[in-house]
Order: sequence, then structure tokens, then C-alpha cells
Amino acid sequence: MSRITKRFAQLKADKRAGLVAYIAAGDPDPALSYQILKGLPAAGADLIELGMPFTDPMADGPSVQHAGQRALKAGITVDITFDMVRRFRKETGDGDTPILLMGYYNLVSQRGVERFCKDAAAAGVDGLILVDLPPEEADELKPHALAAGIETVLLAAPTTDEKRLPAVLKYVSGFLYFVSVLGTTGTKSASEEAVRTHVERIKRHTALPVVVGFGIKTPDQAAAVARHADAAAIGSAIVDRVKAGLDDKGKPKPDLVPGVLAYVKALADGVRGVRKV
Amino acid sequence: MAPTPNSFRTGPDERGHFGVFGGRFVAETLMPLILDLEKAYNEAKTDPQFQGELSYLLSHYAGRPSPLYFAERLTRRLGGAKVYLKRDELNHTGSHKINNVLGQVLLAKRMGKTRVIAETGAGQHGVATATACALFDIPCVVFMGSVDVDRQSPNVFRMKMLGAEVRPVTAGAATLKDAMNEALRDWVATCENTFYCIGTVAGPHPYPAMVRDFQCVIGNEVRKQMMEAEGRLPDTLVACIGGGSNAMGLFHPFLDDAGVRIVGVEAAGKGIETGEHAASLTGGRPGVLHGNRTYLLQDKEGQITEAHSISAGLDYPGIGPEHSWLKERGRVEYVSATDDEALEAFQLLCKLEGIIPALESSHALAHVTKLAPTLPKDNLLVMNLSGRGDKDVPQVAARLGVKIGS
Repeated sequence: MSRITKRFAQLKADKRAGLVAYIAAGDPDPALSYQILKGLPAAGADLIELGMPFTDPMADGPSVQHAGQRALKAGITVDITFDMVRRFRKETGDGDTPILLMGYYNLVSQRGVERFCKDAAAAGVDGLILVDLPPEEADELKPHALAAGIETVLLAAPTTDEKRLPAVLKYVSGFLYFVSVLGTTGTKSASEEAVRTHVERIKRHTALPVVVGFGIKTPDQAAAVARHADAAAIGSAIVDRVKAGLDDKGKPKPDLVPGVLAYVKALADGVRGVRKV
Repeated sequence: MAPTPNSFRTGPDERGHFGVFGGRFVAETLMPLILDLEKAYNEAKTDPQFQGELSYLLSHYAGRPSPLYFAERLTRRLGGAKVYLKRDELNHTGSHKINNVLGQVLLAKRMGKTRVIAETGAGQHGVATATACALFDIPCVVFMGSVDVDRQSPNVFRMKMLGAEVRPVTAGAATLKDAMNEALRDWVATCENTFYCIGTVAGPHPYPAMVRDFQCVIGNEVRKQMMEAEGRLPDTLVACIGGGSNAMGLFHPFLDDAGVRIVGVEAAGKGIETGEHAASLTGGRPGVLHGNRTYLLQDKEGQITEAHSISAGLDYPGIGPEHSWLKERGRVEYVSATDDEALEAFQLLCKLEGIIPALESSHALAHVTKLAPTLPKDNLLVMNLSGRGDKDVPQVAARLGVKIGS
């Protein structure tokens, strides 16, 4: 059983939803980013999405765009990102918390899809979320991911109707990521009612866990999503805390890492406060 | 679908691929939308009423057919091939962009969309879109890099007068690529009522094929006009390439005429060797951006690098996927011209023919000045004069150290 499947089974046994915490690898610099990564499980992140910064993040709103720009400026590369995961597994001894890389397909295709999947698996990565790789193009990735033991998490959106959903699910493993709003990351927020309706709709098609993301900014909103989804994914609100930990010259203040982790803990408390039947 | 042997004109396949290029690399939110668009376009394509409306607008509103003009003084100066200019700069709004926009905005109306967005570099596509939206009374928002807003100020004001909202984009290098990112972000949030009118033969399928089809009016006219003028097909075709829509419009109808030599001219900026250029085919390699796989300017990792060109319309690190395929198949030659060469060609055409060409088209002309002298006098060369240069006058004056206005 994969780490991702195990983690959701555990969440189910614990009768609660999970928190999927997103940070951009290398934000605000590789060293501090690693400190944040290391602290995420203790702060209450059940799964980790490690963003791979890209120059042209077309699906991201300003918060994640800026996080990626900070990281690129600080010299983040795919190799450094893999190293962060490798160190995390080795130094923390955490072999349970799933780590997924999230980003855009060009970085994967330039390394070579097969090599990327192998290197990711060797570093301790569990899954990939590539926002610009819809099922129509997922044939390029799927066999190599399967061979390397990497889960392929695809996205479904409010525009993904009943007819299309099976096509998406055909390529999904691990969990389905439901984009709860029409828009980029960290902009609009969905109503609890909309989240409920969509999750129920998707659950009619699949037994896979459904993670809901985009636009969740507060512990209360996280709790609202946790009432219906198997996990809430939060990114922009977390990377905004990284930004808040920088002074006006862009230099990190001493409380940057604790500040980010305290916020993740508040979000986790929101999620954990919801008991599931 | 296996492409018909010996034809270069059957692509893309049903998944939008030209060989390994093209495709639909977009966020899931947009996927159902572009499938809808594909369906609507396929229906419109074979609907005589749609085609009739479009052809009426092209002739009575845009002023087509544009003349095929024998540039006698230019020909004499270059001393080789007989140079014809396809005068697409005489279209309403001053460039070939209107050909595509009229088609797409008609389609938007047909699909019941109530808002149109567009990206623009030089502003020509933005002006054309703003124009068609004024005509059809549809609200229009144009995304434009803030660097381009500064260097193409006449077009910015033109769009505003036409009732469009111009949104300057400050992300990245604040040029065409960033405008396209921002347009895609807007579209994800507004896709229920909004039509994205892409200005070139790039983006996710069906855009590259659809924009090409709308631009093919250029090449189709040239075939007919050259038969009338010379009784035969041209020998050589030359066009500039940013995303590549004016070039594709001229080239595509001739791809299966083996005797026609076809040359696309990319922007070499300060020179390919300096790294500061916009020549994706000459200086890039295949990757995935803006919904399609194509040649891109990028670093080792796959991060997109900035393009550089004096011409805002060519200042893009990618190129339409069908051009990438034609390059790999060897059917079209792709070369490049520098900023300085384009500036020189710009001035040459003003003086010799009394025509002020766009800086984009000046790149094609720069190559014609190199190529034509090497060709025999009976070689019929057609260059697509895709845009007029009025918009570039302030920038050219500044480059030449001339102060205008005060």
C-alpha cells in the first residue's frame, strides 16, 4: 500500500479529515524552505505538496506566483527540490507523511518523464500533481509514473461534468484533487454548500479520497471543507505567511519559520476539530 | 488518424497534434471549454451561413482581398527576384490580425459568449479584437505587458477609444508571454461567459488550427492573384514569425506545392549569439507552454527565458506548434533577422516604395533584401507585408535619435 493510501486509511480510522499543506520549494530560500518542510508534520500537515516553481505559473494567483518567484530568485532547481525530500526522509525518519510535487509539466518533460519519475521516487516523493496535464495528455506520464511507483493525482474542476469525470478518474491514483472554484489559486473561495454538492457528486463516481483546494484561507474555512472532503489543501494562505516573515528588503525575519508553522497548526486545528462519522 | 502521405496540410490529428507538437496542455478547468470550442468551431466551419457572414465582413468591413503589389523599385534595387508584397497592412486596423479576429468574434457570438478577452504584444491583435468587439457590441478586455504598453502607446489609446479595457501586466518581463499568462488566468475564472480570442497560431488545440484556417485567406488570395498577374504560382514565399499567424496564413495553402520555396523569418534581436533574441526555432528546443508543445526559449531545467526583440509583436519565447512540425519535416526554412537589420529594412521600404511597414514585417523584408539578390530575375517572390508601421513611428524615431512631437 502506498504512503498516500495508508495515510487516508489512517485518517478514516481516526474519523477525521486531513490537511494537505502546500509550500513552494525554495521559498524564501532553499535552507529556510527545508526548515519549514521539516516542521510541517509536527504542525499538523497530514500530506505535503511541495511546489516546483515555474517561470510561467498560469493556474496560480498572485500569492503562489510570488512564492515561486522568490524561490527561483534564490536559485531553486529540480535537483535541489529532490534533495529536500531526500533529506526530509533521512533526517526526520518520517516514512509516513506523503510528499507530492506540484507544478507544471515542462519541468518534468525537460528532465525526461521517465527519468523524472525515477529520480522523484528515489528521493522519496509519492505523487505528482501537474496542473497543465489533463487526461487528454496524461498518456505521456502514466506508464512511467506507474513503473516508478509514483501516484498521479489529477484535478477535477466545477466545469468537469458527469460525462467527463470518468475520463479524469481513469488516470487518477492516490486521490482526486477537486479545484473548488473557477479561478486561480488563492483568489475566490467556494461556499460550504458548493463544496458539499461537488464532493457528493464526485463520490458517486469513485471510491478514491477527494481533496478539496483553492481559496481556503482560514481555519474556519478549512473546517468547513473538512466536513465534506477527505482533506483540505491549502497553499496561498501558507505562502502568504512566508511573505509576512520577510522584512521590507525581502530578508527573512527570525520568526519566519515559526510563524509559518504556527499558521499551519491553526489550520490543522480547524481541520481536526471536525469529527467525521 | 494517419496523415495522408505526401501532404503537409492534413494536420492536426483529432487530439490536436502536429507530429509530436501541439496538444492540449491546459488546466482541467479549461479543458471542457476548449472541447466545446472545438465542437462549435467544427460546426461553424461547415455552416454556409457562418462562412457567408465571415466572407461578407472580410470584404466589406476589413477591405479584402488585399492587393498583391509588384514592388518595382524595391525589385530593381535588390537586382534579383521579382518582389511582390502582399498588402495585408492595408486591412482595416492595419494588419492581418483582423482576418482571425472577425472569425473568432463571430464564433463567440454564435456560442452565446458575452465577453471577449485577448492578449496582445504590439497591440495589433488587441486593436483588431477591440474593433470587432465594438462592431458586435461585446465587452472586451485586452491584456498587454506593461513594457509593451509603453513602447506601443498609440495602439493602447486606439484600443481604449474602441471601448476596450486595457489591463497592463507587470508580471515577469511584462511582455507578450506574461500577457498570455494573465489572459489564461482571467479565462479560468470567467470561462462560463468569456471567449478567449487568441491572436496567433499557438495555444491549446483547436486554436493553432482555427487561427490558421482564418488566416489562410492570405495565401488563398495570393494563389489567385499571382495566377492573374503572372499566370503561375510564386517561387518563393517569405513572412516574419512571432507566434507565426501571418506566416501560416500565407504558407499553408502552398505547403503541398513542392516547387514553392517557403521561408519564415524569426526575430534575432541583438543577434542569436548574444542570447538576446526571440528566435524559438533557431535558438530554442521543444517544451510545453501555453497549452501546446512547441519550440521554446528555455534554460536547461525548462524554465522559460525572456525573448528580446525590437518588435513587440515578435517578442515571444514560443512559436505555433505547426511551425515546429514544419521545421522538423524540413518543408519550411526558418531563418532570422536582427533588430538592426529590421530597422534598416523599415527605412528602405519607406524610401523606395512609400510604404511604412510594421517592425514585425520589416524582419521579413530584411531577409528579402538578403535573399532576393541571390535569386534569378524570373523568380517570383511574395513577401507578406503583414502590418503597417504607424504604431512604430515613435519607437523608430527614438532608436534613430530623432525627437518628435515638441
